[in-house]
Amino acid sequence: NSGVVSLLRPLLLDVVPSVRQTAALGLGRLADYNVDLAEAVVKAGILPQLVHSLPEENRYYKKTAAFVLRAIAKHSPELAQAVVQCGALEALVICLEDFDPGVKEGASWAFDYIARHNPELSQAVVDAGAVPLLVLCIQEPEIALKRIAASTLSDISKHSPELAQTVVDAGAIAHLAQMIPNPDAKLKRQVLSALSQIAKHSVDLAELVVEAEIFPVVLTCLKDSDEYVKKNGATLIREIAKHSPELSQLIVNSGGVAAVIDCIGSCRGTVRLPGIMMLGYVAAHSENLSMAVIVSKGIPPLCACLIEEHEDHIKAAAAWALGQIGRHTAEHARHIAGANVLPTLLDIYVDANSSEDLKMKASIFSAKKALKNILQKCTHLPALEPLLHDAPPSIMKHIIGQFSKVLPHDSKARRLFVTTGGLKKVQEIKAEPGSLLQEYINAINNCYPEEIVR
Amino acid sequence: RAIDEDRKIKYRAAVKIQSWFRGCRVRAYLRHLNEMVILIQKWWRGYRCRKHFRKMVETAYFIMKMNFYNEMAVRIQKRWRGYYVRKYIHNYYALKKYLQAVSVNNAFVRSELQEYVETKENEEKMKDLEKKEKEKKYQARKMHYLLSTEQIAGIYNSPFRKSPDPMELLLRNSKPLTHRRKQVKSPFAYELYDWPTCKKPPAFVTALPLTPVGRQKPQGPFRDTTEVLWQRYKPLEPTLRVAESINSPLEKAREGIKREEWRNPIHGNEFLPFSSYHKNENEKYEPSLCKSGRYVQEAYGTKHFREVYPKKWIADK
Repeated sequence: NSGVVSLLRPLLLDVVPSVRQTAALGLGRLADYNVDLAEAVVKAGILPQLVHSLPEENRYYKKTAAFVLRAIAKHSPELAQAVVQCGALEALVICLEDFDPGVKEGASWAFDYIARHNPELSQAVVDAGAVPLLVLCIQEPEIALKRIAASTLSDISKHSPELAQTVVDAGAIAHLAQMIPNPDAKLKRQVLSALSQIAKHSVDLAELVVEAEIFPVVLTCLKDSDEYVKKNGATLIREIAKHSPELSQLIVNSGGVAAVIDCIGSCRGTVRLPGIMMLGYVAAHSENLSMAVIVSKGIPPLCACLIEEHEDHIKAAAAWALGQIGRHTAEHARHIAGANVLPTLLDIYVDANSSEDLKMKASIFSAKKALKNILQKCTHLPALEPLLHDAPPSIMKHIIGQFSKVLPHDSKARRLFVTTGGLKKVQEIKAEPGSLLQEYINAINNCYPEEIVR
Repeated sequence: RAIDEDRKIKYRAAVKIQSWFRGCRVRAYLRHLNEMVILIQKWWRGYRCRKHFRKMVETAYFIMKMNFYNEMAVRIQKRWRGYYVRKYIHNYYALKKYLQAVSVNNAFVRSELQEYVETKENEEKMKDLEKKEKEKKYQARKMHYLLSTEQIAGIYNSPFRKSPDPMELLLRNSKPLTHRRKQVKSPFAYELYDWPTCKKPPAFVTALPLTPVGRQKPQGPFRDTTEVLWQRYKPLEPTLRVAESINSPLEKAREGIKREEWRNPIHGNEFLPFSSYHKNENEKYEPSLCKSGRYVQEAYGTKHFREVYPKKWIADK
């Protein structure tokens, strides 16, 4: 505010190199701290000077200049656009070709922050020819440089399939896959996130990622001690599983489902979310796959998630996953009913139903859908009994429907139904004549002789 | 006239009788014809209907056969489809085996991952232990003076203990630690100058040397003492080439490479002038002077090396 920026500006043109460098460092730190300062730096027209003098300077200056550019670009897309417009991209590419790893790190970090904001900026970064150089950077021995290069590739490829294809064409997948077994946790985070951003766009890209032979190795990442490595590993597997049944089949065959289930069981909080969604996607593709999920003991962790977690979206995801598992056949629904999770789902639906403002919550919506899907296939009557007592009308319709389908054929079930007081409860339900509910009630009543009904 | 009348009556009677007879005859004829026609038509219709009937019977038979075939085909197809679906598409046993295999594989994967986790934990524990050990040893080296002597028992070797403390044993085994003098780093060091052999930056003279206070300025056209002293005592600023030592590692490396290159040349004559140089005009073989006779090449040296006189051999005799 005290005109610091205008004081620093002539120092950038000083004769002594260390003065120039320190001035650039000061500008960088100012811009890093605050958006307004970054805007002030941009408005003072420092960027063209910085960029212009960059190619001739020594490596310390290049590092500091890259730091300034990244500090400005990180705040908002407009500032990143301003950085790009003054021709910073070519200068940064020159930095990326330098021999010193520190300079390369600074340059790729700047590219990362520029490419993060939106697809146009990423396209600009790609057009400047940065991607092959970044792939070369990944192969360097310094771990910090590898980390930053992996994170830049991840941010470039996250926006659109074409950008991801460009990254793949530069041969990034093989190198990223080679770095998965690396012991450094932060590097693994970035590598896994890069691979998942590439794989998420289309089936072909996911197949390319799978062909790089990540499969048994990625499962070791799911057991890493770092939470975010586990999360990113689960995200990668989820992105691959969601595209097609064949890919999910591949994951099941290599034991991925077991690893993900253990991972869900051992984590708490948002880290679980990608794992839960992955199980949902796998189960959604076909009934054999969902049977495989059940056989791998997938249901207990999902129930635990539903009960323990407080976050709304995690509950919604768990409910959705359970619905996907249970909706295929009666067998699946029976397994889910056997895990005693239907009352919990009902509770979520009911008690959030009571308060008006919570009605739009995702968890209610998915709990309701899951309940409907499971109930439509559930023929295991003892599990349905407890639900009869406190279900709201929309769910009641399905429950009674199931009863009316099963009771006419099974005499033992009929006897049980009467003794447990289910018939009495059914009589207490008032339904409009002619509605579906009434028909179901009539069907049930027809199974029994008149005296019992009265 | 009566005869006429009789005649007329007989005539009319005869006409009537004749007409009646003719009528009868014609009627009989017509009836006969009718009957014939009926007969013919009867036979014809019977024939036609029998033909038709035969055809109907044939078609009915055919239809019956087809129904039978259809039914048999349905039975066969029913069995086949059931078999096929149960064997290939919804193969229950294969599914069961698959699910069992999946759970076995899962158990395997889980056990492998568990092993992996355990080895990692072990590694970390080992690393921690090693760190602690190192710390302890360092501490022991630092506190070497706490070692007990003959007269005075040290802290860790109290006379009331049965055996000395493990720390005491460590102290006995460790070498005393000398504190290295901390190197003072100059503020400009290595930041701006990264020549490989130059250890100090070239020192610019930062201040003028001080003259003794109170000295009278000598009379005459003398230059300022401070300037003179500054010039005289300007420190040596050798150029880069001089500053690099003779035994600089760069030079040694270069020497090594030069020696190697001299030793292993691929081409004898590296810079041959043109491509046609090697063709026959220049590369004729020139035999050495020692081997060539006066006007011709000698066989000695190429065909045989040493003269052999079998007559002079002793061994055979």
